[in-house]
Amino acid sequence: MIHPIPPGTRDILPEEMRELRSLHGALIDVFEQRGYGEVATPAIEYDEVLARGDGRTASSAYRFFDERGDLLALRSDMTVPIARLVASRFAGAKPPLRFSYLANAFRAVRPQRGQMREFAQAGVELIGAPAPAGTVEVVEVLEATLDAAGLERAVIGLGDADLFRHLLTELGVEGESRNTILGRLAAHDLVGLEVELSRAGIAAAQVDTCVALSQLRGGREVLEQARAIGGEAVERATARIGETVAALEQRGVAGRVQVDLGLLRDLGYYSGAILEVYDPAIGHVLGGGGRYDELLRRFGVDLPAAGFALYLERVHVAQMEESRRGGGS
Amino acid sequence: MGGAKPDGPLKLAVPRGALLGGTLDVLDAVGVDTSAARSESRSLIFPGERITLVTMRPSDVPTYVEAGAADLGITGKDVLLEQSDRVVYELLDLGYGRCRMVLAGRQGDESLGESQRRLGMMRIATKYPRIAERHFESTGRQVETIEVKGSIELAPLVGLADGIVDLVATGRTLKENDLEVREEIVECSARFVANRVAHKLRATEIDELTAKLREATGG
Repeated sequence: MIHPIPPGTRDILPEEMRELRSLHGALIDVFEQRGYGEVATPAIEYDEVLARGDGRTASSAYRFFDERGDLLALRSDMTVPIARLVASRFAGAKPPLRFSYLANAFRAVRPQRGQMREFAQAGVELIGAPAPAGTVEVVEVLEATLDAAGLERAVIGLGDADLFRHLLTELGVEGESRNTILGRLAAHDLVGLEVELSRAGIAAAQVDTCVALSQLRGGREVLEQARAIGGEAVERATARIGETVAALEQRGVAGRVQVDLGLLRDLGYYSGAILEVYDPAIGHVLGGGGRYDELLRRFGVDLPAAGFALYLERVHVAQMEESRRGGGS
Repeated sequence: MGGAKPDGPLKLAVPRGALLGGTLDVLDAVGVDTSAARSESRSLIFPGERITLVTMRPSDVPTYVEAGAADLGITGKDVLLEQSDRVVYELLDLGYGRCRMVLAGRQGDESLGESQRRLGMMRIATKYPRIAERHFESTGRQVETIEVKGSIELAPLVGLADGIVDLVATGRTLKENDLEVREEIVECSARFVANRVAHKLRATEIDELTAKLREATGG
Protein backbone atom coordinates (compact mmCIF):
# COMPACT_ATOMS: atom_id res chain seq x y z
CA MET A 1 0.00 0.00 0.00
CA ILE A 2 1.26 3.49 -0.87
CA HIS A 3 1.18 6.11 1.87
CA PRO A 4 2.16 9.46 0.37
CA ILE A 5 4.60 12.03 1.74
CA PRO A 6 4.28 15.75 0.96
CA PRO A 7 5.85 16.98 -2.29
CA GLY A 8 9.29 18.41 -1.64
CA THR A 9 10.13 15.90 1.06
CA ARG A 10 11.83 12.56 0.60
CA ASP A 11 13.05 9.35 2.17
CA ILE A 12 16.75 8.62 2.02
CA LEU A 13 17.68 4.98 1.53
CA PRO A 14 20.80 3.24 2.84
CA GLU A 15 22.99 3.55 -0.24
CA GLU A 16 22.57 7.32 -0.52
CA MET A 17 22.66 7.68 3.27
CA ARG A 18 26.10 6.07 3.36
CA GLU A 19 27.39 8.54 0.78
CA LEU A 20 25.80 11.47 2.57
CA ARG A 21 27.28 10.32 5.89
CA SER A 22 30.74 10.24 4.41
CA LEU A 23 30.23 13.73 2.95
CA HIS A 24 28.92 14.92 6.35
CA GLY A 25 32.01 13.48 8.00
CA ALA A 26 34.38 15.19 5.60
CA LEU A 27 32.71 18.57 6.08
CA ILE A 28 32.46 18.38 9.84
CA ASP A 29 36.15 17.40 9.99
CA VAL A 30 37.04 20.63 8.16
CA PHE A 31 34.84 22.68 10.48
CA GLU A 32 36.16 21.11 13.68
CA GLN A 33 39.81 21.35 12.57
CA ARG A 34 39.33 25.07 12.16
CA GLY A 35 37.73 25.51 15.53
CA TYR A 36 34.09 25.64 14.47
CA GLY A 37 32.33 23.47 17.06
CA GLU A 38 29.16 21.81 15.84
CA VAL A 39 25.88 22.93 17.39
CA ALA A 40 22.28 21.81 17.03
CA THR A 41 19.20 23.92 17.68
CA PRO A 42 15.52 22.97 17.64
CA ALA A 43 13.82 22.78 14.24
CA ILE A 44 10.81 24.51 15.83
CA GLU A 45 11.17 27.94 17.41
CA TYR A 46 8.87 30.74 18.52
CA ASP A 47 7.78 32.64 15.44
CA GLU A 48 8.42 35.93 17.18
CA VAL A 49 12.07 35.04 17.74
CA LEU A 50 12.74 33.92 14.16
CA ALA A 51 10.91 36.96 12.78
CA ARG A 52 13.17 39.23 14.81
CA GLY A 53 16.16 38.01 12.82
CA ASP A 54 14.66 38.20 9.40
CA GLY A 55 14.00 41.53 7.71
CA ARG A 56 11.31 40.09 5.49
CA THR A 57 7.64 40.01 6.42
CA ALA A 58 7.30 36.30 7.20
CA SER A 59 9.88 34.39 9.17
CA SER A 60 8.87 30.97 7.97
CA ALA A 61 6.61 29.21 5.53
CA TYR A 62 5.42 26.82 8.23
CA ARG A 63 3.77 28.31 11.28
CA PHE A 64 1.39 26.70 13.70
CA PHE A 65 0.02 26.98 17.23
CA ASP A 66 1.16 24.80 20.09
CA GLU A 67 -1.08 23.43 22.85
CA ARG A 68 -0.90 26.77 24.72
CA GLY A 69 -1.77 28.84 21.69
CA ASP A 70 1.77 30.16 21.11
CA LEU A 71 2.78 30.67 17.50
CA LEU A 72 5.63 28.37 16.49
CA ALA A 73 7.59 28.23 13.24
CA LEU A 74 9.92 25.85 11.42
CA ARG A 75 13.32 27.45 10.80
CA SER A 76 14.15 28.44 7.23
CA ASP A 77 17.89 28.57 7.82
CA MET A 78 20.41 28.18 10.67
CA THR A 79 21.83 31.70 10.76
CA VAL A 80 18.94 33.20 12.70
CA PRO A 81 18.71 30.34 15.26
CA ILE A 82 22.48 30.60 15.87
CA ALA A 83 22.18 34.38 16.36
CA ARG A 84 19.49 33.62 18.94
CA LEU A 85 21.71 30.98 20.56
CA VAL A 86 24.68 33.34 20.78
CA ALA A 87 22.57 36.08 22.35
CA SER A 88 21.07 33.82 24.98
CA ARG A 89 23.95 31.46 25.80
CA PHE A 90 27.18 33.28 24.90
CA ALA A 91 26.31 36.92 25.60
CA GLY A 92 29.32 37.42 27.88
CA ALA A 93 31.76 35.17 26.02
CA LYS A 94 34.92 36.60 24.54
CA PRO A 95 34.62 36.90 20.75
CA PRO A 96 35.26 35.64 18.18
CA LEU A 97 32.90 32.69 18.49
CA ARG A 98 32.94 29.90 15.93
CA PHE A 99 30.09 27.49 15.30
CA SER A 100 29.26 24.97 12.61
CA TYR A 101 26.13 22.99 11.86
CA LEU A 102 24.63 20.36 9.70
CA ALA A 103 20.90 20.65 9.94
CA ASN A 104 17.63 20.51 8.07
CA ALA A 105 15.73 23.68 7.29
CA PHE A 106 12.33 24.28 5.69
CA ARG A 107 11.05 26.53 2.93
CA ALA A 108 7.89 26.91 0.92
CA VAL A 109 7.96 25.32 -2.52
CA ARG A 110 6.11 26.09 -5.68
CA PRO A 111 4.30 23.07 -7.06
CA GLN A 112 5.89 20.91 -9.76
CA ARG A 113 9.25 22.57 -9.59
CA GLY A 114 11.35 19.85 -8.03
CA GLN A 115 12.12 22.17 -5.10
CA MET A 116 12.73 20.73 -1.68
CA ARG A 117 10.50 21.70 1.23
CA GLU A 118 12.95 20.17 3.68
CA PHE A 119 16.65 20.34 2.89
CA ALA A 120 19.97 19.81 4.66
CA GLN A 121 22.45 22.64 5.07
CA ALA A 122 26.06 22.54 6.24
CA GLY A 123 27.73 25.76 7.23
CA VAL A 124 29.62 27.91 9.69
CA GLU A 125 29.03 31.14 11.59
CA LEU A 126 31.91 33.34 12.68
CA ILE A 127 30.71 35.84 15.25
CA GLY A 128 32.66 38.82 16.52
CA ALA A 129 35.23 39.00 13.71
CA PRO A 130 34.83 42.14 11.59
CA ALA A 131 35.64 42.65 7.92
CA PRO A 132 37.93 42.06 6.22
CA ALA A 133 39.70 39.49 8.46
CA GLY A 134 36.45 37.75 9.41
CA THR A 135 35.29 37.57 5.79
CA VAL A 136 38.66 36.19 4.73
CA GLU A 137 38.50 33.48 7.36
CA VAL A 138 35.01 32.45 6.24
CA VAL A 139 36.09 32.28 2.59
CA GLU A 140 39.10 30.21 3.63
CA VAL A 141 36.91 27.72 5.48
CA LEU A 142 34.55 27.62 2.50
CA GLU A 143 37.47 26.83 0.18
CA ALA A 144 38.62 24.01 2.44
CA THR A 145 35.05 22.70 2.61
CA LEU A 146 34.74 22.63 -1.20
CA ASP A 147 38.11 20.86 -1.42
CA ALA A 148 36.97 18.29 1.13
CA ALA A 149 33.84 17.68 -0.96
CA GLY A 150 36.00 17.11 -4.04
CA LEU A 151 34.63 20.13 -5.89
CA GLU A 152 37.87 21.38 -7.36
CA ARG A 153 36.16 23.36 -10.09
CA ALA A 154 33.73 25.16 -7.78
CA VAL A 155 33.78 28.96 -7.86
CA ILE A 156 33.02 31.42 -5.06
CA GLY A 157 31.36 34.65 -6.18
CA LEU A 158 32.26 37.63 -3.96
CA GLY A 159 30.14 40.77 -4.07
CA ASP A 160 28.87 43.57 -1.87
CA ALA A 161 25.31 43.65 -0.55
CA ASP A 162 25.32 47.42 -0.02
CA LEU A 163 26.56 48.48 -3.45
CA PHE A 164 23.22 49.03 -5.15
CA ARG A 165 21.45 50.23 -2.00
CA HIS A 166 24.06 52.96 -1.63
CA LEU A 167 24.14 53.65 -5.35
CA LEU A 168 20.38 54.22 -5.44
CA THR A 169 20.62 56.55 -2.45
CA GLU A 170 23.36 58.43 -4.27
CA LEU A 171 21.10 58.72 -7.31
CA GLY A 172 18.27 59.92 -5.10
CA VAL A 173 15.96 56.97 -5.74
CA GLU A 174 13.72 56.39 -2.72
CA GLY A 175 10.50 54.72 -1.75
CA GLU A 176 8.63 52.25 -3.89
CA SER A 177 10.67 52.59 -7.08
CA ARG A 178 13.79 51.81 -5.03
CA ASN A 179 12.31 48.49 -3.93
CA THR A 180 11.13 47.72 -7.46
CA ILE A 181 14.62 48.39 -8.82
CA LEU A 182 16.30 46.24 -6.15
CA GLY A 183 13.75 43.53 -6.97
CA ARG A 184 14.68 43.67 -10.67
CA LEU A 185 18.34 43.50 -9.74
CA ALA A 186 17.84 40.53 -7.44
CA ALA A 187 15.90 38.75 -10.21
CA HIS A 188 18.57 39.86 -12.67
CA ASP A 189 15.92 41.14 -15.07
CA LEU A 190 18.11 43.60 -16.99
CA VAL A 191 15.40 44.64 -19.42
CA GLY A 192 13.05 45.47 -16.54
CA LEU A 193 15.91 47.11 -14.63
CA GLU A 194 16.50 49.54 -17.47
CA VAL A 195 12.81 50.34 -17.70
CA GLU A 196 12.45 50.94 -13.94
CA LEU A 197 15.60 53.06 -13.68
CA SER A 198 14.40 55.29 -16.52
CA ARG A 199 10.98 55.46 -14.92
CA ALA A 200 12.60 56.63 -11.67
CA GLY A 201 13.89 59.62 -13.60
CA ILE A 202 17.52 58.59 -13.90
CA ALA A 203 19.49 59.92 -16.87
CA ALA A 204 20.15 57.48 -19.71
CA ALA A 205 23.91 57.46 -19.19
CA GLN A 206 23.50 56.55 -15.53
CA VAL A 207 20.99 53.84 -16.39
CA ASP A 208 23.60 52.26 -18.66
CA THR A 209 26.15 52.57 -15.87
CA CYS A 210 23.93 50.74 -13.39
CA VAL A 211 23.20 47.94 -15.84
CA ALA A 212 26.87 47.64 -16.82
CA LEU A 213 27.86 47.55 -13.15
CA SER A 214 25.53 44.64 -12.47
CA GLN A 215 27.27 42.70 -15.26
CA LEU A 216 30.80 43.12 -13.95
CA ARG A 217 32.12 39.76 -12.83
CA GLY A 218 35.47 38.05 -13.20
CA GLY A 219 38.99 38.53 -11.90
CA ARG A 220 40.40 41.43 -9.98
CA GLU A 221 40.37 43.58 -13.10
CA VAL A 222 36.60 44.13 -12.77
CA LEU A 223 37.30 46.27 -9.70
CA GLU A 224 39.27 48.63 -11.92
CA GLN A 225 36.51 48.61 -14.52
CA ALA A 226 33.99 49.45 -11.80
CA ARG A 227 36.15 52.19 -10.34
CA ALA A 228 36.29 53.82 -13.77
CA ILE A 229 32.52 54.24 -13.44
CA GLY A 230 33.08 56.34 -10.34
CA GLY A 231 30.81 57.52 -7.57
CA GLU A 232 30.97 57.13 -3.84
CA ALA A 233 28.93 53.92 -3.58
CA VAL A 234 31.06 52.18 -6.19
CA GLU A 235 34.23 53.49 -4.56
CA ARG A 236 33.18 52.17 -1.17
CA ALA A 237 32.10 48.75 -2.44
CA THR A 238 35.14 48.20 -4.66
CA ALA A 239 37.46 49.30 -1.87
CA ARG A 240 35.81 46.81 0.46
CA ILE A 241 35.92 43.95 -2.04
CA GLY A 242 39.49 44.89 -3.02
CA GLU A 243 40.59 44.74 0.60
CA THR A 244 39.08 41.28 1.00
CA VAL A 245 40.60 40.04 -2.26
CA ALA A 246 44.04 41.39 -1.34
CA ALA A 247 43.88 39.61 2.02
CA LEU A 248 42.75 36.39 0.33
CA GLU A 249 45.62 36.63 -2.15
CA GLN A 250 48.06 37.18 0.63
CA ARG A 251 46.90 33.96 2.26
CA GLY A 252 47.02 32.20 -1.11
CA VAL A 253 43.34 31.31 -1.12
CA ALA A 254 41.97 33.62 -3.82
CA GLY A 255 42.15 30.95 -6.52
CA ARG A 256 38.44 30.14 -6.67
CA VAL A 257 37.14 33.61 -5.98
CA GLN A 258 35.32 35.52 -8.69
CA VAL A 259 34.56 39.17 -8.02
CA ASP A 260 30.91 39.83 -8.87
CA LEU A 261 29.40 43.28 -8.55
CA GLY A 262 25.99 42.04 -9.68
CA LEU A 263 25.63 39.68 -6.75
CA LEU A 264 22.54 40.24 -4.59
CA ARG A 265 21.19 37.71 -2.15
CA ASP A 266 17.52 37.84 -1.35
CA LEU A 267 17.79 37.22 2.39
CA GLY A 268 16.98 40.29 4.43
CA TYR A 269 19.95 40.35 6.81
CA TYR A 270 23.04 40.71 4.63
CA SER A 271 25.31 43.74 4.70
CA GLY A 272 28.78 44.12 3.24
CA ALA A 273 30.46 41.12 1.61
CA ILE A 274 28.20 38.45 0.10
CA LEU A 275 29.16 35.05 -1.27
CA GLU A 276 27.65 32.57 -3.68
CA VAL A 277 28.98 29.15 -4.66
CA TYR A 278 28.73 27.50 -8.09
CA ASP A 279 30.02 24.34 -9.69
CA PRO A 280 30.08 23.88 -13.46
CA ALA A 281 28.61 20.39 -13.05
CA ILE A 282 25.19 21.63 -11.92
CA GLY A 283 22.91 24.47 -12.94
CA HIS A 284 21.83 25.49 -9.44
CA VAL A 285 23.65 27.58 -6.87
CA LEU A 286 25.35 25.32 -4.29
CA GLY A 287 25.05 27.76 -1.44
CA GLY A 288 26.07 31.17 -0.25
CA GLY A 289 26.67 33.46 2.64
CA GLY A 290 28.34 36.68 3.57
CA ARG A 291 28.37 39.28 6.31
CA TYR A 292 25.42 40.20 8.50
CA ASP A 293 26.88 42.75 10.84
CA GLU A 294 23.47 44.02 11.94
CA LEU A 295 21.78 40.70 12.65
CA LEU A 296 23.15 40.06 16.16
CA ARG A 297 22.14 43.55 17.26
CA ARG A 298 18.51 42.61 16.64
CA PHE A 299 19.05 40.02 19.37
CA GLY A 300 20.73 42.50 21.69
CA VAL A 301 24.38 41.58 21.06
CA ASP A 302 26.34 44.08 19.05
CA LEU A 303 28.80 41.84 17.21
CA PRO A 304 29.75 41.70 13.53
CA ALA A 305 29.28 38.29 11.94
CA ALA A 306 29.77 36.29 8.76
CA GLY A 307 29.13 32.77 7.58
CA PHE A 308 28.13 30.47 4.78
CA ALA A 309 25.72 27.59 4.18
CA LEU A 310 25.88 24.90 1.51
CA TYR A 311 22.91 22.88 0.32
CA LEU A 312 24.12 19.42 1.18
CA GLU A 313 22.05 17.51 -1.39
CA ARG A 314 23.28 19.77 -4.19
CA VAL A 315 26.88 19.41 -3.04
CA HIS A 316 26.35 15.66 -3.09
CA VAL A 317 24.98 15.73 -6.65
CA ALA A 318 27.86 17.97 -7.78
CA GLN A 319 30.33 15.63 -6.08
CA MET A 320 28.87 12.65 -7.96
CA GLU A 321 28.97 14.55 -11.26
CA GLU A 322 32.53 15.70 -10.73
CA SER A 323 33.79 12.26 -9.78
CA ARG A 324 32.04 10.76 -12.80
CA ARG A 325 33.67 13.39 -14.99
CA GLY A 326 37.07 12.78 -13.41
CA GLY A 327 36.74 9.03 -13.78
CA GLY A 328 35.53 9.26 -17.37
CA SER A 329 38.22 11.47 -18.83
CA MET B 1 41.75 34.41 -9.47
CA GLY B 2 38.53 34.06 -11.24
CA GLY B 3 36.78 31.47 -13.24
CA ALA B 4 36.17 27.80 -13.53
CA LYS B 5 36.98 25.92 -16.66
CA PRO B 6 33.60 24.72 -17.90
CA ASP B 7 33.71 22.66 -21.03
CA GLY B 8 31.95 22.22 -24.32
CA PRO B 9 29.83 24.53 -26.42
CA LEU B 10 27.18 26.71 -24.80
CA LYS B 11 23.70 25.21 -25.11
CA LEU B 12 21.12 27.67 -26.42
CA ALA B 13 17.40 26.89 -26.14
CA VAL B 14 15.67 27.99 -29.34
CA PRO B 15 11.88 28.40 -29.43
CA ARG B 16 9.96 26.55 -32.12
CA GLY B 17 6.80 28.17 -33.50
CA ALA B 18 6.22 31.86 -34.20
CA LEU B 19 9.58 33.01 -32.82
CA LEU B 20 11.68 30.45 -34.71
CA GLY B 21 12.21 32.45 -37.91
CA GLY B 22 13.23 35.66 -36.15
CA THR B 23 15.47 33.74 -33.77
CA LEU B 24 17.36 31.94 -36.53
CA ASP B 25 17.78 35.23 -38.43
CA VAL B 26 19.28 36.93 -35.39
CA LEU B 27 21.56 33.96 -34.75
CA ASP B 28 22.75 34.11 -38.37
CA ALA B 29 23.47 37.80 -37.91
CA VAL B 30 25.79 37.06 -34.97
CA GLY B 31 27.59 34.28 -36.80
CA VAL B 32 25.93 31.18 -35.35
CA ASP B 33 25.48 28.45 -37.94
CA THR B 34 21.75 27.74 -38.24
CA SER B 35 21.72 25.78 -41.51
CA ALA B 36 21.10 22.46 -39.76
CA ALA B 37 18.26 23.93 -37.69
CA ARG B 38 16.72 25.39 -40.83
CA SER B 39 16.71 22.06 -42.64
CA GLU B 40 13.68 19.84 -42.50
CA SER B 41 15.41 17.60 -39.99
CA ARG B 42 13.39 16.20 -37.12
CA SER B 43 16.33 16.46 -34.77
CA LEU B 44 15.92 18.54 -31.65
CA ILE B 45 19.60 19.18 -31.03
CA PHE B 46 21.97 20.83 -33.51
CA PRO B 47 25.56 20.67 -32.27
CA GLY B 48 27.93 23.51 -33.12
CA GLU B 49 31.52 24.27 -32.30
CA ARG B 50 30.83 27.11 -29.86
CA ILE B 51 27.06 27.01 -29.56
CA THR B 52 24.73 24.02 -29.67
CA LEU B 53 21.12 24.78 -30.55
CA VAL B 54 18.39 22.91 -28.69
CA THR B 55 14.90 23.43 -30.07
CA MET B 56 11.78 23.26 -27.91
CA ARG B 57 8.40 24.82 -27.22
CA PRO B 58 8.75 28.46 -26.17
CA SER B 59 7.04 27.73 -22.85
CA ASP B 60 9.65 25.07 -22.04
CA VAL B 61 12.60 27.44 -22.45
CA PRO B 62 12.54 28.85 -18.87
CA THR B 63 12.32 25.31 -17.49
CA TYR B 64 15.43 24.10 -19.32
CA VAL B 65 17.39 27.28 -18.67
CA GLU B 66 16.53 27.43 -14.98
CA ALA B 67 17.74 23.87 -14.47
CA GLY B 68 20.92 24.49 -16.45
CA ALA B 69 19.98 21.88 -19.06
CA ALA B 70 20.42 24.84 -21.43
CA ASP B 71 22.89 27.62 -20.58
CA LEU B 72 21.03 30.25 -22.59
CA GLY B 73 17.64 30.62 -24.21
CA ILE B 74 15.36 32.78 -26.28
CA THR B 75 11.65 33.01 -25.57
CA GLY B 76 8.77 35.48 -25.44
CA LYS B 77 8.27 37.92 -22.59
CA ASP B 78 4.74 36.51 -22.28
CA VAL B 79 6.27 33.14 -21.32
CA LEU B 80 8.64 34.77 -18.81
CA LEU B 81 5.80 36.75 -17.22
CA GLU B 82 3.56 33.72 -16.98
CA GLN B 83 6.42 31.73 -15.41
CA SER B 84 7.82 34.61 -13.38
CA ASP B 85 8.74 32.29 -10.53
CA ARG B 86 11.39 30.63 -12.67
CA VAL B 87 14.83 31.93 -11.85
CA VAL B 88 16.43 32.90 -15.16
CA TYR B 89 18.45 36.02 -15.94
CA GLU B 90 16.78 38.21 -18.55
CA LEU B 91 19.70 39.78 -20.40
CA LEU B 92 18.29 41.44 -23.50
CA ASP B 93 15.16 42.51 -25.33
CA LEU B 94 15.72 41.17 -28.83
CA GLY B 95 12.93 43.32 -30.27
CA TYR B 96 11.35 40.87 -32.70
CA GLY B 97 8.19 38.86 -32.13
CA ARG B 98 6.55 42.03 -30.85
CA CYS B 99 2.94 41.63 -29.74
CA ARG B 100 0.55 42.80 -27.05
CA MET B 101 -1.14 40.99 -24.19
CA VAL B 102 -4.68 42.34 -24.19
CA LEU B 103 -8.10 42.00 -22.66
CA ALA B 104 -10.64 41.51 -25.44
CA GLY B 105 -14.41 41.18 -25.56
CA ARG B 106 -17.12 40.76 -28.19
CA GLN B 107 -17.64 43.74 -30.48
CA GLY B 108 -20.49 45.93 -29.33
CA ASP B 109 -21.24 43.54 -26.51
CA GLU B 110 -21.25 44.95 -23.00
CA SER B 111 -21.19 41.70 -21.05
CA LEU B 112 -17.71 42.51 -19.68
CA GLY B 113 -18.88 45.76 -18.11
CA GLU B 114 -22.28 44.29 -17.34
CA SER B 115 -20.86 41.38 -15.35
CA GLN B 116 -18.47 43.69 -13.57
CA ARG B 117 -21.34 46.00 -12.54
CA ARG B 118 -23.99 43.47 -11.72
CA LEU B 119 -21.95 40.62 -10.29
CA GLY B 120 -18.80 42.55 -9.36
CA MET B 121 -16.93 39.84 -11.17
CA MET B 122 -15.86 38.90 -14.69
CA ARG B 123 -15.19 35.51 -16.21
CA ILE B 124 -12.01 35.58 -18.27
CA ALA B 125 -10.75 32.77 -20.48
CA THR B 126 -7.00 32.68 -21.05
CA LYS B 127 -3.86 30.65 -21.67
CA TYR B 128 -2.10 33.04 -19.29
CA PRO B 129 -3.92 32.71 -15.96
CA ARG B 130 -1.15 34.26 -13.87
CA ILE B 131 -0.69 37.33 -16.08
CA ALA B 132 -4.47 37.77 -16.14
CA GLU B 133 -4.85 37.40 -12.38
CA ARG B 134 -2.01 39.82 -11.66
CA HIS B 135 -3.48 42.39 -14.06
CA PHE B 136 -6.95 42.33 -12.55
CA GLU B 137 -5.65 42.18 -9.01
CA SER B 138 -3.45 45.23 -9.57
CA THR B 139 -6.40 47.13 -11.08
CA GLY B 140 -8.67 46.17 -8.21
CA ARG B 141 -11.12 43.94 -10.04
CA GLN B 142 -12.26 40.46 -9.24
CA VAL B 143 -12.23 37.85 -11.95
CA GLU B 144 -12.73 34.18 -12.38
CA THR B 145 -9.98 33.01 -14.72
CA ILE B 146 -10.77 29.98 -16.81
CA GLU B 147 -7.69 28.30 -18.23
CA VAL B 148 -8.16 26.95 -21.75
CA LYS B 149 -5.53 25.42 -24.01
CA GLY B 150 -6.86 25.82 -27.55
CA SER B 151 -8.45 28.71 -29.47
CA ILE B 152 -9.27 31.24 -26.79
CA GLU B 153 -11.50 33.23 -29.19
CA LEU B 154 -14.12 30.54 -28.88
CA ALA B 155 -14.77 31.12 -25.18
CA PRO B 156 -16.72 34.44 -25.31
CA LEU B 157 -18.53 33.40 -28.48
CA VAL B 158 -20.23 30.44 -26.87
CA GLY B 159 -20.62 31.98 -23.44
CA LEU B 160 -17.85 30.26 -21.51
CA ALA B 161 -16.43 33.65 -20.55
CA ASP B 162 -17.20 37.37 -20.73
CA GLY B 163 -13.82 38.14 -22.24
CA ILE B 164 -10.38 36.81 -22.95
CA VAL B 165 -6.79 37.71 -22.09
CA ASP B 166 -4.55 36.76 -24.98
CA LEU B 167 -1.54 37.65 -27.07
CA VAL B 168 -2.30 39.72 -30.16
CA ALA B 169 0.13 40.41 -33.00
CA THR B 170 -1.94 41.86 -35.86
CA GLY B 171 -5.40 41.63 -34.34
CA ARG B 172 -6.72 39.73 -37.33
CA THR B 173 -7.81 36.66 -35.42
CA LEU B 174 -9.76 38.85 -33.02
CA LYS B 175 -11.49 40.69 -35.86
CA GLU B 176 -12.39 37.49 -37.66
CA ASN B 177 -14.13 36.33 -34.51
CA ASP B 178 -15.92 39.62 -33.87
CA LEU B 179 -13.75 40.43 -30.88
CA GLU B 180 -12.12 43.75 -30.05
CA VAL B 181 -9.33 44.94 -27.76
CA ARG B 182 -10.63 46.57 -24.57
CA GLU B 183 -7.43 47.01 -22.57
CA GLU B 184 -3.75 46.63 -23.23
CA ILE B 185 -1.96 44.75 -20.45
CA VAL B 186 1.68 44.55 -21.49
CA GLU B 187 3.86 44.57 -24.59
CA CYS B 188 5.86 41.44 -25.29
CA SER B 189 8.82 40.55 -27.50
CA ALA B 190 11.56 37.95 -27.71
CA ARG B 191 14.02 37.97 -24.79
CA PHE B 192 17.48 36.52 -24.36
CA VAL B 193 17.81 34.66 -21.04
CA ALA B 194 20.61 32.88 -19.20
CA ASN B 195 21.00 30.26 -16.51
CA ARG B 196 22.19 31.80 -13.27
CA VAL B 197 25.24 29.59 -12.84
CA ALA B 198 26.26 29.70 -16.52
CA HIS B 199 26.03 33.50 -16.40
CA LYS B 200 28.62 33.49 -13.63
CA LEU B 201 30.91 30.71 -14.81
CA ARG B 202 30.98 31.43 -18.52
CA ALA B 203 30.88 35.19 -18.21
CA THR B 204 33.21 36.05 -21.09
CA GLU B 205 31.46 33.90 -23.69
CA ILE B 206 28.01 35.02 -22.59
CA ASP B 207 28.90 38.72 -22.43
CA GLU B 208 30.42 38.50 -25.90
CA LEU B 209 27.30 36.86 -27.34
CA THR B 210 25.03 39.35 -25.53
CA ALA B 211 26.98 42.28 -26.97
CA LYS B 212 26.74 40.84 -30.49
CA LEU B 213 23.02 40.22 -30.11
CA ARG B 214 22.51 43.74 -28.79
CA GLU B 215 24.28 45.12 -31.83
CA ALA B 216 22.41 42.88 -34.27
CA THR B 217 19.01 43.80 -32.86
CA GLY B 218 19.82 47.48 -32.45
CA GLY B 219 19.05 47.32 -28.70
